[in-house]
Amino acid sequence: MATKQTQSAARLLAAPSIGLLLLWMIVPLALTIYDSTLNYTLQGNPVHKFIGWTNYYYFITDPAFLTSIWNTLVLVGSVLVISVVGGTGMALLLDQPIFGQGVARVMAISPFFIMATVAALVWKNLFMQPVFGLFAWIAHLFGVPPIDWFTNDPMIAVIIIVAWQWLPFATLILLTALQSLDLEQKDAAQMDGAPPLSYFWYLVLPHLARPATVVILIETIFLLGIFAEIFVTTGGGPGLATTNLTFLVFRSALRDFDVGGAAAGGIIAVVLANVVSIFLTRLVGKNLEG
Amino acid sequence: MARKATTSRRLLMTFLAYAFALMLFFPILWMVITSFKSEADAIALPPKFLFFHWTLANYIDVQARNNYWRFAFNSVTLSFGSTVLGLLVGIPAAYAFAFAPTKNTKQILLWMLSTKMMPAVGVLVPIYLLLLQFHLLDTFTGLIIILFLSNLPIMIWMLYTYFKEIPHEILEASRMDGASRWKEIVYVLSPMAVPGIASTVLLNIILSWNETFWSLNVTNIHAAPLTAFIASYSSPEGLFWAKLSAASTLAVAPIVLLGWFSQRQLVRGLTFGAVK
Repeated sequence: MATKQTQSAARLLAAPSIGLLLLWMIVPLALTIYDSTLNYTLQGNPVHKFIGWTNYYYFITDPAFLTSIWNTLVLVGSVLVISVVGGTGMALLLDQPIFGQGVARVMAISPFFIMATVAALVWKNLFMQPVFGLFAWIAHLFGVPPIDWFTNDPMIAVIIIVAWQWLPFATLILLTALQSLDLEQKDAAQMDGAPPLSYFWYLVLPHLARPATVVILIETIFLLGIFAEIFVTTGGGPGLATTNLTFLVFRSALRDFDVGGAAAGGIIAVVLANVVSIFLTRLVGKNLEG
Repeated sequence: MARKATTSRRLLMTFLAYAFALMLFFPILWMVITSFKSEADAIALPPKFLFFHWTLANYIDVQARNNYWRFAFNSVTLSFGSTVLGLLVGIPAAYAFAFAPTKNTKQILLWMLSTKMMPAVGVLVPIYLLLLQFHLLDTFTGLIIILFLSNLPIMIWMLYTYFKEIPHEILEASRMDGASRWKEIVYVLSPMAVPGIASTVLLNIILSWNETFWSLNVTNIHAAPLTAFIASYSSPEGLFWAKLSAASTLAVAPIVLLGWFSQRQLVRGLTFGAVK
């Protein structure tokens, strides 16, 4: 139906968004790459000398780098496992014929809408504070010493906070997918007398495979960039215990004022995220054809 | 399994579902309860769950001492500003992609999606320096532009998936009746596009309202939204849990309510149409 006229009109309509996104992608990225080759600090000499790969060399050989990569993997991996497994369970439970499903559903997905700084501070104080926090009181009830979360188990504390925000996301997506499972299919399986387990194994699980993949990929994109939860609870510490790659780059840039080094770290983060995004783009792209 | 479900099974499942749902919801509930306590009750041991002197004092305090409404106003300005810009640029693009697709449309859409996957920290340095250079640090303009551009791909995608579902036959029919392009858009297309646009607006407001990386890094006082305001409570200047809870409750309430009303539409937006 597209005539030549509508085609050029369409181009005109799409042009602003394409142009803006092109700028938004290319300009900062090019500048980051450029900065990453300079000896450039916000304090000290104003001359920014070209130093090639040196920033990358220092960033990668800094022991903090390997620690931050490890922390990133631990954080992303743990939250993925908790949220996908827990989210599947929660979604299956909510999909059962229960009374007042709407209310239970709203309660279960609410944490996803809580802004990161609020989530982190509520958990840090009201729950994990070692003297007055609710967890300390529960430990006291059981006669065990309370855990000083942010001193002794800072990474576990951060994982709990982040998983609490993302498990509801997985629940929401998987539940929506479950509810789109054809009612006729459900009825047919029942009439055939399919036992619940094989019904689950052969019908439900395959149906969940795709949405679960989508959940994993989208969560990974966001989890690689976790920042606020660390910023307001541990500040990356104690030591480097909760410093992920994002936080390390932030620290180099806005705390150590090492523009060149931070830029090099930023490029490394971009490369890592791209590996994930290639998979996600493929997956969503397949959907476009359907 | 609806038919086979006996009442006892149903009760058991209901109990389990509510138990787990309540576990997930409890931190929010506890925050809201704490916001009505006095500071002394907030840190009382054993914790006071319901039987304490309920008070609104924290809400009055938060507003008086911390200028809550100014930060709230900033959040509203930033999320609405970026959403309006996003609609202005996004609707025409999504319209073109959905109604006059070319062989490149798919590639362009996927490329747009890929810009969303660039980690913010990768471009923190140059964006920060650019804002510094143009005196846009801690300004509405600076942060609105960032929020607008970083959410634009999601907006276009979401609008596109909705527009694509509008049957083309209707347009052809109206065209046969001699409707002009303009009339077609105003009388035929708009009414059908409104639900999709509304969902897109909701999602974008939620995302902008809760955005933390940029708002913590490029604002300070003047343009700081609620996310940054709450973060200022992280400095260990004593135990002000009741006030923290009151401020937090105010900060999240509008978005949690919006979220409740738009669950299903959000799924589509957040998964780029891969799950409906």
